[in-house]
Amino acid sequence: MFGYVIRRILATIPVMGVVAIFVFLLLHLTPGDPAAVIAGDYASPADVERIRETLGLNRPLHIQFFTWAGQLFQGDLGVSIFSKQPVIKLIGQRIEPTLALATTTIIFAVLLAVPLGVLAAWKSGTWIDRSVMVFAVLGFSVPIFIIAYSMIWTLSIHLHWFPVQGYKSFLIQTGTGIDGAAIIGIGFEGICRDSGRAGCGLVPFFRHIALPSIALGLVYVALIARITRASVMEVLTEDYIRTAHAKGLSPRVVLIRHALKNASVPIVTIIGIGIALLLGGVVVTESVFNIPGLGRLTVDAILHRDYPIIQGLILIFAGVYVLINLLVDISYTFLDPRIRY
Amino acid sequence: MDAMADESLVVRESLGARVRQYCRRNPTIVIGALLLLMMLIIALLASYLTPDPMKLNPIKRLRVPGEGMLFGTDMYGRDVFARTLHGSRISLLVGLSAAAVSTFFGLTIGLLAGYNRLFDTIVMRFMDGIMAIPSILLAIALVSLTGASVGIVIVAISIPEIPRVVRLVRSVVLTIREQPYVEAAISVGARLPTILLRHILPNTLAPLIVQATYVCASAMITEAILSFLGAGTPPDIPSWGNVISEGRQYFQRAPWIIFFPGVFLTITVLAVNILGDGLRDGLDPRIARQMR
Repeated sequence: MFGYVIRRILATIPVMGVVAIFVFLLLHLTPGDPAAVIAGDYASPADVERIRETLGLNRPLHIQFFTWAGQLFQGDLGVSIFSKQPVIKLIGQRIEPTLALATTTIIFAVLLAVPLGVLAAWKSGTWIDRSVMVFAVLGFSVPIFIIAYSMIWTLSIHLHWFPVQGYKSFLIQTGTGIDGAAIIGIGFEGICRDSGRAGCGLVPFFRHIALPSIALGLVYVALIARITRASVMEVLTEDYIRTAHAKGLSPRVVLIRHALKNASVPIVTIIGIGIALLLGGVVVTESVFNIPGLGRLTVDAILHRDYPIIQGLILIFAGVYVLINLLVDISYTFLDPRIRY
Repeated sequence: MDAMADESLVVRESLGARVRQYCRRNPTIVIGALLLLMMLIIALLASYLTPDPMKLNPIKRLRVPGEGMLFGTDMYGRDVFARTLHGSRISLLVGLSAAAVSTFFGLTIGLLAGYNRLFDTIVMRFMDGIMAIPSILLAIALVSLTGASVGIVIVAISIPEIPRVVRLVRSVVLTIREQPYVEAAISVGARLPTILLRHILPNTLAPLIVQATYVCASAMITEAILSFLGAGTPPDIPSWGNVISEGRQYFQRAPWIIFFPGVFLTITVLAVNILGDGLRDGLDPRIARQMR
C-alpha cells in the first residue's frame, strides 16, 4: 500500500506539470501580442512596452517558461499588474471566505445527499425515490445564480431570515496580548479581527454563509445523491445483504453498516470529481452574494485583465482539485480493503 | 379499391399505435424532445413574435409584468418578453455548437488514443491536466484573453468539455478493440481507418450522443454564467446571461428582469437533461443500469 501511495503522489506531478504549461501557454496561444492583450484596448504603446518589460515578454518563450516555473517552485506567483501587490499575498488575503464557503458547502451537500441517496435506493420505485430523482435532475438544470436570487428574494428580502449579501468571519478578537496586539480566536459573537468593528463570530458567520452554501451545494447534492442511489441499489442486490436481513439486523444497520459502507467507493469518487464543479461554482456564488473571496478576485482580475492573478488562481484551484482527488484515491485502500494496487 | 383503403387504414392505425407505444415506453425522451422543440421554434420565430429587443423606451422603464407588457420592461424600458425570447437563440446556438465541437474533437482524439499507445500516453496526460482546471475558470480565462464574441465563447466552453468526451470514447475503444470481430477484421487485412470507422466508431455513438446532450446542457449554463460575470457574449447581444446580469442592480425593484430569462434557461437545460436521461436509458441499457 505504501508503494501505491508513493506512486499515486508521483502521478500528480505530470498532471500539475501539464496544468502549469497550459496556464503559461494560455497567454501565448491567444492571437495577438500578449502584452497588448493584457494592456487592454485603451493602452498607449508605452503602457504595452512597460507590461512587456515587467512580465519579461520580450524574452524567448522557453526562457520565460523556466523563469516563471522557477519562481513558482519558490512560491512566487508573480506581481499583480493592477494593484502591484504579490499575487500570493492577494490570494492569501482572500482565501478564508472561499475556504469557509467550500467547506460548509461540502459538509451540507454530503450530509444531505448521502441520506437522500440511501433512502431513494432503499425505497426504490416509490414516490420517495422518484422525488429524489426529480430533485437530482432539477439540481443539474437550475443555474446557481437562479437558485441564489430566488432564495435571496424569498428568504432575505421578504422573510428577513437571512442577510441579503456579504460575509462575516468566524474569527474574532478574544483579547489583547502583552504587546498590545489583538489575540484572535473563534467565538459566537464579537469584534472583527481586521475592521475592529462588532459583528463577527460563528453566529453571524453561519447567518451569512447559509444561503451561499445551499445555492452552491444543490448541484453537488444532486450529483452525490444520484451516485449514492445507484451505488447502494447495486449493493442491495448482493447476497450478504440478504444474509444480514435474514439474521435479524435492523434495516438501519443493514443500510448503513453493510450497504453504505460497501457502496462508498463510487460515492467518495464523485465527491472528489465534483470538487471541480464546486470550485467553478464558487466564482458565481461569491459574485451573487458579494463574498470577498477567491471567486470575486477571479472576476476582478478578469475585468482588469490582470493575467498573473488569473494564472495564480487557476494553478491554486487545479492544485486543490488534484490534491483532493489524490486523497480520494488513497482513501480507497481504507474503504475497500480488497483494493490492492 | 376498398381493400387498398382498408390496408392504408390499418397501416395508419398501427403507426399511431406505435407512436403511442413509443411515448408510453420513453416518456422522458418525448417530454425532453417536445420541450426542446418548443424552445427551437421560439428561437426561430422570436423576431416575428416580439418587438425589437433592443428598442429603448425610457418612459416605460421598470414596468411590472402584465399592463400590456407580458414580462414587464427593464431599466431602459426594453421589453423583457422580447429579450427573453431572443435570448433563446444564443443559448441554443452555444449549447448545440459546443456539443458538436467537443464531440467532434473528443471523438477523433479518443479514437486515436484508444488505438495508439504512444499517442494515448501523451494525450491522456494532457487531458488529465485540462480536467484538473474547473471548466468555468478555464472558459472565463480564455474569453477574457481573446475578447468576447459568440464564436470565442463556443470555443472556450468546448475546450474544457473535450477531455470528458475523449475519456468516454477511449474507454469504449479499449473494450471494443479486444472483441473477436475486430480481431477478425484485422486478420482479413482491414486497414486501420476501416477498423476505426466501420467497426469501432458505431459502438461509440450511443454513449456519445448521451454525453453530447450533457455537454449541451452544461454549455448553456456555462454561457449564462460567463455572460453573468461579464466575460461572455458581448453585452449588446440579448443572451439570457446578459439580460440577467443587467437586471442584477435592479433585482430588489424589478425581479422579473432576472426571473423570466432564468425560468426559460432552466426549462431549456431541463429539457436537454431529460432528453439525455431518456436517450441513455433507451440507447444503452448497461449505462442506464449503472446510473439508475
